[in-house]
Amino acid sequence: MSAEADSHATPHRDYIGAKLGMWIFVFTELILFGGLFVAYGMYRSMHPHDFHKAAGELNVRLGVTNTVVLLTSSLTMVLSIVAVRLQRKGQAMLFLGSTVVLGCVFLFNKFFEWKAKIHHGLYPGSEHLMARPPGERLFFGLYYGMTGLHGLHVTVGVVLLSVMFALLRRDKIRHDDFVKLENSGLYWHLVDIIWIFLLPLFYLAA
Amino acid sequence: MSNSTTKPDAGHPHIVGYGTFIKVWIALLALTALLVGLSLAGSPNLALLGLLVITPTKASLVLFYFMHLKYESTALKYMVAIALAVLVIFVGLTFTDYLFR
Amino acid sequence: MSTQAATVAHGEPNFYAGSARKGIASWLFTTDHKRIGIMYLAAMLTFFLVGMTIGVLMRLEHLTMGPTIMKPTTYNALFTLHGVIMIFLFVIPGLPAVFGNFMLPIMIGAKDVAFPRLNLLSWYLFMAGATIAITSLFTGGGPPDTGWSFYVPYSVTTGTNVTMAVLGAFVIGFSSILTGMNFITTIHRLRAQGMNWMRMPLFPWALYATAWVQVLATPILGITLLLVILERVFHLGIFDPRIGGDPILYQHLFWTYSHPAVYIMIIPAMGAISEIIPTFAHRTIFGYKAIVMSSMAIAGVGSLVWAHHMFTSGMSETSIVIFSLLTFLVAIPSAIKIFNWVATLYKGSVELRAPMLYALGFIFLFSIGGLTGLFQGALAINVHIHDTYFIVGHFHYVMFGGTGFAFFAALHYWYPKMFGRRYNEKSAVVAFIHIFVGFNMLYFGMLVLGMKGMPRRYYDHLPQFHAGHIHATIGSWIMVAGLLMMIVNLVRGLFRKVEVPANPWGGVTLEWTIPSPPPVENFDVLPVITEPPYTFNPPGKEQAR
Repeated sequence: MSAEADSHATPHRDYIGAKLGMWIFVFTELILFGGLFVAYGMYRSMHPHDFHKAAGELNVRLGVTNTVVLLTSSLTMVLSIVAVRLQRKGQAMLFLGSTVVLGCVFLFNKFFEWKAKIHHGLYPGSEHLMARPPGERLFFGLYYGMTGLHGLHVTVGVVLLSVMFALLRRDKIRHDDFVKLENSGLYWHLVDIIWIFLLPLFYLAA
Repeated sequence: MSNSTTKPDAGHPHIVGYGTFIKVWIALLALTALLVGLSLAGSPNLALLGLLVITPTKASLVLFYFMHLKYESTALKYMVAIALAVLVIFVGLTFTDYLFR
Repeated sequence: MSTQAATVAHGEPNFYAGSARKGIASWLFTTDHKRIGIMYLAAMLTFFLVGMTIGVLMRLEHLTMGPTIMKPTTYNALFTLHGVIMIFLFVIPGLPAVFGNFMLPIMIGAKDVAFPRLNLLSWYLFMAGATIAITSLFTGGGPPDTGWSFYVPYSVTTGTNVTMAVLGAFVIGFSSILTGMNFITTIHRLRAQGMNWMRMPLFPWALYATAWVQVLATPILGITLLLVILERVFHLGIFDPRIGGDPILYQHLFWTYSHPAVYIMIIPAMGAISEIIPTFAHRTIFGYKAIVMSSMAIAGVGSLVWAHHMFTSGMSETSIVIFSLLTFLVAIPSAIKIFNWVATLYKGSVELRAPMLYALGFIFLFSIGGLTGLFQGALAINVHIHDTYFIVGHFHYVMFGGTGFAFFAALHYWYPKMFGRRYNEKSAVVAFIHIFVGFNMLYFGMLVLGMKGMPRRYYDHLPQFHAGHIHATIGSWIMVAGLLMMIVNLVRGLFRKVEVPANPWGGVTLEWTIPSPPPVENFDVLPVITEPPYTFNPPGKEQAR
C-alpha cells in the first residue's frame, strides 16, 4: 500500500463515470459556441436586412454538401461503436475510417470555401469588406469566427478519431472496453450538432 | 442488420442495431432537404419556421439516438436539459436588452 | 460516528512519505489529490502575496495628491494586475482548488477524485496560464492597463499586451472547467456506501453547486476572451463600434461569466463556514436541508443577474428592471445561510479558536458586503455609486471579507489534518485581530469615499477625499501586518515537529476519522455511512482531542 495510487496500479474502471465526465465536457463546448450564438442573435436582430443580403453571397450548395458529409460521418461514427460491441472489428475499422475520411472531406470543402471568399477580398479587415455596410461586416466577422472555431473543432476531432482508429487496430478498444470510442463519438456528434445550427444561420439566411 | 438481440456485456447498456441508426440518418437527410426547401421558398416566415422547428428536431435526433441519450439515465437527461436551459436563458436575458433599446 | 484515530499503529506512512517517486518528481508527477491541493496552495499563496504587494503600492500612491511613487500609466497597470492576479489566480481557484482537492474525496469516503490525471492537468493548466499572464508584464507593450475586465473598445485598441494576459486567463479557465468536471463526477460516482445525497456534508454540497457554475459559465469567458484576441490579431470586428459592433455586447458576454464567477468564489467559502461553525459550536448545523437548497439556488439564480454590472452602460431600461429584480432575489438564499449559521451558535458550546474567529469574521464582513450589494442592485442608487469606491469597498467585503476570510478559516481549520502540525494559537488570534481591524479601516473607508463620489481606477484624488484615503491607507498597513503575521505563524508551525491526533477539534465529518496527515489512499477500509451528517454526541462522550 506504499505505492502511489496511480490509476494503472489498481485499474479503476468506471464506465458511467467516464461517460458522465465526457458529457459534462460536451456541455462546456455547447456553452462555448453558445456565446457566439448570442453574438449572432443580437447582431442579426440589429441588422436583419444586411444579414439577409450577406448570406446570399455564401455558397448554399457547399453548405448543404458539408451538412450531408457531417451527418453521414455521424452515422458511420455510431455504427463503428455498434460494430465494436458486436465484435466485428473489420466493420468497426471501416466505419471509423470512413468517419475520419468524411471529416477530412468537410475540412477540404471548408478550405476551398474560405479560399474563394478570401480571393474575392471578403475577409476580416479587408478593404472590400470595410466598404460594406456594418451589418454585412458583422455577418462576415461572425461567419469566419464561427465556422473557423467549428473547423478547428473538426480538425481536433479528425486527429482524435485517427488516434482511436490506431487504438482499435491494436485491440485497445474492445467490446468490453469501448468507452474511449464512445466518448470520442460524443465529441464528434457535438461537432455535428453545431454545424446543424450553423447551416440555417449562415447559408440559408438569405 | 435489424435491431440486435445480442446480450450486452456486464455493466454496459443494451445495443441498438445498425437499422435504427440508418433510419435516423435518412430522417436527418430528409429534414435537411425540407429545411433547404423551406428556406429557398421565398417566404421569410417559412424560413424562420425551418430554423425554429426543423433545426432543433435534427439536433434532437442526433442527441437522442446518435449520442444515445434516449437510453441514458434520467439524471443525465436532466443535466442535458439544464445545460440547454442555461444557454436559452443566456440568449433570452441578453435579448431583453437588445429588443427593448 | 466513531472517530478513533487510525494512526501509525498500522505502520502505514502518511501521504508525504508514501510515494513511489522521490523528491520533486513525487510532486510534479503526482495524481494524489492531497498533493495537488498542496501544490495549488503553495502557488496561490505566492500569487496572493504578489497581489497584496501591488495593493499596498496602490494605496501608497494615494497617500498624497498628485504623483507619489509612480506615473499614472503605472497605476493603471497595477490595478489591472491586482485584479487579474487576485481574481484569476487566488479567489476563483480559491477553496475548491486547495480544500476541494484535498478534502472532497475524504469527506465523501473516497480514495481520490474520479479523474486523478485530469486533476494534475488542471494544476498544470493553472500554472501555464499564470506563467502566460505574467509574461505579459515583460513582453509586447507591457502589462495591460485596461482593468481586469478588459472592456472593449480600449482593450482592442491599447498597445499594451492584452493578448498575452487574456490568453493566460483563457488557459486558467480550462483549469477551472476541468476541476468542475472532476468534482461533479466524483460526487456522483464515488460517495461511500450509505452516503446518499442528504447525508453528504455541506462542503461537498457547496463544491457540487460550484462545479456546475464552473462548467456552465466559464466557457462563456473562454469565447469572450478568444473574441478579444481575434479582434486584436485578425480584426474580426465583432466588438468594433466603427464597423457596427456593440461594446455593450462585450460587457454582456464578459459578465455572463464574471458574475457567476463570484458565486464560484463564495459558495465553497460558505461551505467551509458550514463545516467550521458546527465543529466549534459543538452542535449540529441548523437547517441542513435549507443550506443545501440555498447553495443550489445561489448557483442557479446567481447566473441570471449579470447585467447589474452594466446599469449605466446604455442598455435598455426594461432590461435593467428585470436584472435589478433578479439581483434582489439572489440575496434571499444567501440570507438564509446567515440565519442558519447564527442559529447554529444558539445554545451551542462556542469555542473561539482561530478558525472560528475567521468564520465569525466572515459572517460579519459578508453581511456588510451582501447588503451593500443589495443597495447597488437598485438602479436609483447604482447611478450614483457605479464606478466609485463604493463598489470597490463592496466587492472587497464579499470577495476578501467573504471568500478570503473563509479561505483563512479553512486553512487554520484543516491545517492539522493537511500538515500534521500545529500553528501557534495566540499568534493566530493576534494576526486575526490586526487583519480584521485593518480590513474594516481600509474597506469601510472606501464605502464612505465612494458615497462621497471618489471614482475608482483613478490614480489621483481631489482634496475632499484626502483624509479618507489616508485613513484607508493606514488601514491597509495594519491589515497587511496581520496577513504577514498569519502567514509567518502558519509557516513556522510546519517546522515544529509535533504529534497531531486524528481529531484535534472534535469534528464529526470523515476527515477527522483518519490520521493527520492522511495516508496515501485515505482510508484503510472505506467507510459505510449510517447516520445523518453533523451528529454530535452529547458532552461527556466527546471525541478524543
